[in-house]
Amino acid sequence: MLKVENLYKAFGGVVAMNDVSLDFPTGSLTAIIGPNGAGKTTFFNLISGHIRPDRGRVLFDGQDLVGRSSLEIVRRGIGRAFQVASIFPSLTLRESLMAAVISHRRQSTQVLTRFPLQSAAERVEEIMALLELTAKADVLSRNLSHGDQKLLDIALALAMDPKVLLLDEPTAGMGPEERWQMIDKVYRLWEAEKMTLVFIEHDMGIVFKIAQTIRVLKYGAVLAEGTPEDIRSNPDVIDAYLGTDHDATTATATVGEG
Amino acid sequence: MLGRSSLRDLAWAALLLVGLLVLPILVPHPAMRDFVIYVIAYGLLAMSLNLLVGFTGLVSFGHAAYFASGAYIFGLLMQSGNVSLPVAMLAAVGGTALLALVIGAICVRLKEIYFAFLTLAFQMFIHSIILTWVSLTGGDQGLMGGIPRPTFLGIDLNDSMTLYSFCAVVFVACLVIMRQIVQSPFGYTLRMIRDNPHRANFLGVNVVRMKLAIFVISGTMASVGGIVMALFVSGAYPEFGFWTTSGEAIFMIMLGGTQLFIGPLVGAILLQTLNHYVTIYTEHHGLVLGIVILIFVLGLRRGLADFVYLWFQDRRTRKLEKETGR
Ligand SMILES: Nc1ncnc2c1ncn2[C@@H]1O[C@H](COP(=O)(O)OP(=O)(O)OP(=O)(O)O)[C@@H](O)[C@H]1O
Ligand SMILES: [Mg+2]
Repeated sequence: MLKVENLYKAFGGVVAMNDVSLDFPTGSLTAIIGPNGAGKTTFFNLISGHIRPDRGRVLFDGQDLVGRSSLEIVRRGIGRAFQVASIFPSLTLRESLMAAVISHRRQSTQVLTRFPLQSAAERVEEIMALLELTAKADVLSRNLSHGDQKLLDIALALAMDPKVLLLDEPTAGMGPEERWQMIDKVYRLWEAEKMTLVFIEHDMGIVFKIAQTIRVLKYGAVLAEGTPEDIRSNPDVIDAYLGTDHDATTATATVGEG
Repeated sequence: MLGRSSLRDLAWAALLLVGLLVLPILVPHPAMRDFVIYVIAYGLLAMSLNLLVGFTGLVSFGHAAYFASGAYIFGLLMQSGNVSLPVAMLAAVGGTALLALVIGAICVRLKEIYFAFLTLAFQMFIHSIILTWVSLTGGDQGLMGGIPRPTFLGIDLNDSMTLYSFCAVVFVACLVIMRQIVQSPFGYTLRMIRDNPHRANFLGVNVVRMKLAIFVISGTMASVGGIVMALFVSGAYPEFGFWTTSGEAIFMIMLGGTQLFIGPLVGAILLQTLNHYVTIYTEHHGLVLGIVILIFVLGLRRGLADFVYLWFQDRRTRKLEKETGR
């Protein structure tokens, strides 16, 4: 179980995370929403050890992760994908995944065996099948489409067998059609791997449709949290965020119809 | 059990070795042998440097330090007369590994340009130790009095053909080792670091430790080049550890290409050939070399081996596209 307590982080004068306390029950599917600059990515950076909070705790299975390296945190089971796909341009999709699985199995230091390792092939194929990437296995990562690069980024995180997966805007930069395809895959992934999944998303239609719980961030603080029902009817959220957001009206409409 | 790719590499290695051993019979001119030994020594320097530059994305400007360290440790041990030749070789490699470990531990944490500068600074430091510690190193005269080559295991390296064959065997052995390293899981982990160290870190790769490991490995491989050189010229000179030697290794990589394992060796052959002919026909040695490098950088935009490889790849994809009727 993942739980943060009184997380606080300021960059110079900008308070990017202001006393945030949240918990993410095992196996839950949570969406984090909030306007640009609300501190959503910072929240992930703090959990994954990329940035150290000024105060507060990040508890994972009862242990405080603050101060531990990002390397240690990923090895404990918190994986993440990035807002801008972070991949290995000169490796093929399959090679990237193979290298990631090898790293996860602590075989990166092997010099007497040959890459790819037969023993890891099954897991690699499994991950590619799960995200429907098999057909592109031998394409250089740099030549993949934007959407496939985002998928590969998620696939790389999956190679770590994470207990908690943090996805930073998996649908960023995609058209409406592609967004739904992407989120479908993410949803199936969550069902298949039974992990705790937290994703950041701007498209309210998507958020209201698939998230069990929604957390709304604004100015680095939690503005509201609850089920899609709660959030949609929360006056603070409507005022501060949804009311002014074009997406929200369409989203409410979509969900209302569905 | 060996896989297919290992067997194929070993077959190439065997072919190369046979080729090298047959060459002086086909071209009996002694200058040919000398040329090949130079290519072997500098080829090892350039190929080992490319483990850092091409495979890990670490641009070191101080790689000649390890070439010199190999040559001097080996030369000094042989002159002391206390150890046999293979032991001196192993000690020179081991000693250089230690040196690279200390320097690497300080350098690999730094970002690109600082890494480059610091490796260069350490090389200058080592070069100046060689120059100033005259009683040990002979200063700017180099190791004086020649390096003895006592017979070991019935092998007499005073015979020039034996020396040549010995260098060829050592060279091919080093190629096999380096090839295995870049094709291993470790080798692909290096490529991850080259492409995106930040992401590699979030995938559980200990980036600093991996960089340090390859830094040491590449230093030891460079030291073997230095040993070959010391054996061949029967001496060791401060120029081995001067920045121009590192610069030549970088030129070789630029001429040959970074992406193919064999690229820097192609570069070494090109540069040695150029050096050879250019010095015969003109005094404006640096000028001609500079122009050639400009042609490669501006004309091909990559090293020769990379260029040829890409050309073949392009042709293959075009053919494939035609066949699939696209
Ligand atoms: N490394 C950093 N150094 C300085 N300021 C930062 C840093 N990271 C984030 N910030 C600032 O913290 C605030 C929150 O940024 P963050 O990236 O977390 O927002 P976000 O909610 O992810 O926004 P978006 O929807 O645009 O991705 C912003 O004001 C940003 O400029
Ligand atoms: Mg963000």
